[in-house]
Amino acid sequence: MTNNNLSVISLISIGEHPTSRRPRRAEQDARAVELGLKLAGERLKALYAGTIESPSIEVALRSYLGMGLAEINILNLSDPADATLALAEHLKAERPDMILTGVRAENGESSGMMPYLLAEQLGMSVITSIVEVSSIDKVTQQAEVLQALPRGQRRKLKIKLPFIASVDMAADAPRQSAYGPAMRGKLVMNQLSVQVEDTLRSKWQINEGQKRPKRLKIVKAKTAADRFKAATAKVEGGSGKIVHGSSESAKEILKMLIDEGVL
Amino acid sequence: MSSSALLSQIMPILIFVALLLAIIGAVRRALLWSQGQKSTIHWSGILAVPRRYLVDLHHVVARDKYMSNTHVATAGGFVLTALLVIAVYLFDIAAQILNYMLLASTMLMFIGSVFVLKRRKNPPANLSLGPWSRLPKSLLIFSSSFFFLTLPASGLLSDLVPELFSSNIAENIAGNIAGWLMAVVLIAGIIWGLGEMFFGMTWGGPMKHAFAGALHLGLHRRQTRFGGGQSTGLFAIDLAEDKLGVEKPEDFKWNQLLSFDACVECGRCEKACPAFAAGQPLNPKKLIQDMVVGMAGGSDAKFAGSPYPGIEIGTHKGGAIIPIVNGLVEADTLWSCTTCRACVQECPMMIEHVDAIVDMRRFETLEKGQTPGKGSEILENLIATDNPNGFAPASRMNWAADQNLAVLGQDVEKADVLLWIGDAAFDMRNQRTLRAMIKLLRAAKVDFAVLGEQECDSGDLARRLGDEATFQRLAKTNIALMSKYQFSTIVTADPHAFHCLKNEYRDFGGQYHVQHHSGFFADLVKKGAIKLQANKALSLTYHDPCYLGRYNGEYDAPRYLLQAMGIQIKEMERSQTIARCCGGGGGAPVTDIPGKQRIPDMRMADAKETQAEIVAVACPQCSLMLEGVVEPRPEVKDIAELMLDALVEDSTNE
Repeated sequence: MTNNNLSVISLISIGEHPTSRRPRRAEQDARAVELGLKLAGERLKALYAGTIESPSIEVALRSYLGMGLAEINILNLSDPADATLALAEHLKAERPDMILTGVRAENGESSGMMPYLLAEQLGMSVITSIVEVSSIDKVTQQAEVLQALPRGQRRKLKIKLPFIASVDMAADAPRQSAYGPAMRGKLVMNQLSVQVEDTLRSKWQINEGQKRPKRLKIVKAKTAADRFKAATAKVEGGSGKIVHGSSESAKEILKMLIDEGVL
Repeated sequence: MSSSALLSQIMPILIFVALLLAIIGAVRRALLWSQGQKSTIHWSGILAVPRRYLVDLHHVVARDKYMSNTHVATAGGFVLTALLVIAVYLFDIAAQILNYMLLASTMLMFIGSVFVLKRRKNPPANLSLGPWSRLPKSLLIFSSSFFFLTLPASGLLSDLVPELFSSNIAENIAGNIAGWLMAVVLIAGIIWGLGEMFFGMTWGGPMKHAFAGALHLGLHRRQTRFGGGQSTGLFAIDLAEDKLGVEKPEDFKWNQLLSFDACVECGRCEKACPAFAAGQPLNPKKLIQDMVVGMAGGSDAKFAGSPYPGIEIGTHKGGAIIPIVNGLVEADTLWSCTTCRACVQECPMMIEHVDAIVDMRRFETLEKGQTPGKGSEILENLIATDNPNGFAPASRMNWAADQNLAVLGQDVEKADVLLWIGDAAFDMRNQRTLRAMIKLLRAAKVDFAVLGEQECDSGDLARRLGDEATFQRLAKTNIALMSKYQFSTIVTADPHAFHCLKNEYRDFGGQYHVQHHSGFFADLVKKGAIKLQANKALSLTYHDPCYLGRYNGEYDAPRYLLQAMGIQIKEMERSQTIARCCGGGGGAPVTDIPGKQRIPDMRMADAKETQAEIVAVACPQCSLMLEGVVEPRPEVKDIAELMLDALVEDSTNE
């Protein structure tokens, strides 16, 4: 269902393979490109903000070209730069109907804030975790999208164009990247007209993340149905409590330690 | 004018016209081939044609004794007859000896043709019908017509039946009419015969195989496979080209197009093809004929052999500049191939089916990005983690945590033997083989080391799936890694890695002495470095891996080892050069094209027929495929595991 007068831009980033930690086509961003290709076909534009500091990063970037894009627009940023500022500047000029992105990056800050920050600067609506754009009406400037919810649930939403959508892992898997087109596609460098230095981040001290110990889930279910429920049901929260004041906090902590049998 | 005078006047004209048309046809055919891409022209090969024809080709044909005798008589008779006919009737060389020779050669050809006809009484399914059913009749007509034409000139006839042909009876009206009738019948027969044998040879008739085949034998793309040589490594492509792989018939090399024309539609490839037998949509013979259709343009409706299982004949068409896949050939056809080379091995015309299939797969993967099944996932894993299943590269040596292996670059800088682990490192079944190998190497006090975590997949799978880019990257990475260390031999239990290292890394500057573990252990046993109990009375059969046997000609070493353990191998009917594939090669388990049955099930049925209780294998892929067959079935054991069971431990060792 490629739409002839729809302008779509997919934002792409360099991912990181979970086991080898090598740069790769980011899984969610690739889904954003896949969705974009289905919506706009060859007119889909892809935009990358960042540096190409090594050949392996270029290969990873080119693997998006291998999906059938003719070119990728690159906003060349040197670290530490705020990619949102550069992207917003570029997108203001482009004025696309739809901006597609992954939910969060596979490395770096990986905060998942990008769609929100961009929406704020561009004055667009934002919708998260979509899997499909079911219909677009250019006359009423409305689109109908499917949003992914936990455990395979879907929610149908209507949203006004233009909008920014983050694409969920549950969306259609990206097509295979072909080597030939990937190598022949163009990487178009764009000049930046704004200062995009990330003044906040330059003051941060960044440490390697550590895996937090995780409580083992003990399933006490007796029947198959109970086990199935335990495996699939949403973890019920609700035991959390907001406590103010140091003595109350101390009491709560002490109570918890006694409950857990630590004391 | 008498009938014989007419004959003698008309003959040179007929032969001249037939030869002229044949030459025009040959030029047209050559123009079709020239649509292909540039490739080295091995002129010297032309000189070798007679030898290749009489030795290499005949050896293949002679696997079917009936057919080789028939072919020797028919083809030998025809070649002689054709030369003599041109000498006698076109150039009018009136030597009596030539007439006698012509009579003999036509008789020889006639006898051969009778056997061709006889075989076609109830033709087996692998033979093509249509024009191929006409051919034996044409052979008979050609040979008999020239026999009877030559008979009077030889003078033999006038002694026997003087009243019919002697000039004294020229006034005899009855004789005259008979003579004219005979002349008309002879002329008709000669026109038919020349039409099939001379005109048809270059205009697309069944005899095309002789013309194109002779040229193909001479100009073959793999010159080294003749005279007992071997050439099985795939050709590398330049990744900077504008188009990678073969999309249209014109993208093949010109000598590949020529090779397709050499096909004689004998269907031996079809009989040998495991995918065809499994009911997957591949028939190597049809594939080659489709390439001929593609080169010349048209539809496959005229194909008179077995179809691709499940795909009707006449539903596909193509042309030299029309994309092949999904026009002329379905993508599933290409992806059904296990690259086992059984078709290539069986082909008397030395056609390289696997090369053509991989060429087309390359376009599917590198240009279209349409590797089916799990293909794209596997390739992505190979790109990101250097192993097909996406395991962390740092976990490559986890299996050997208890083995104390010397790692090159960490523990040692050089060793006699580099033990190539391969992707068996990530597979619990094949880790057993690796452990057995290590025990054997230690028992034989071999100085060996491994590459450790830095070893990458050999690239075999990527290459057969058409991803030449990933193969070349892996090959270059491995070559660069190995160039840092000193070793004299690479030993591996994986025939696929063995083949790549030995035959395919050469194009990228990697020249190694590589041995499969069976060959290496056989040498150790011969030297007495490994002692085996020679009293293992196991009921066992041996399955030849394609990449060890057909690709590298190693049939003896595994058998030697088994016999050294005192085992009498219960050979399967299809063993050694004609062994049936386990279904695990060429990425076939990855693309997983549906068929009517599974190839490993068929192979296990072959093994069960021998009543053996154990199937000995020599390839991790074979062990996985054959162990995947549901029980009850014979046990599957690698040669190394069997050897470990029979190892005589030296007590002074510790």
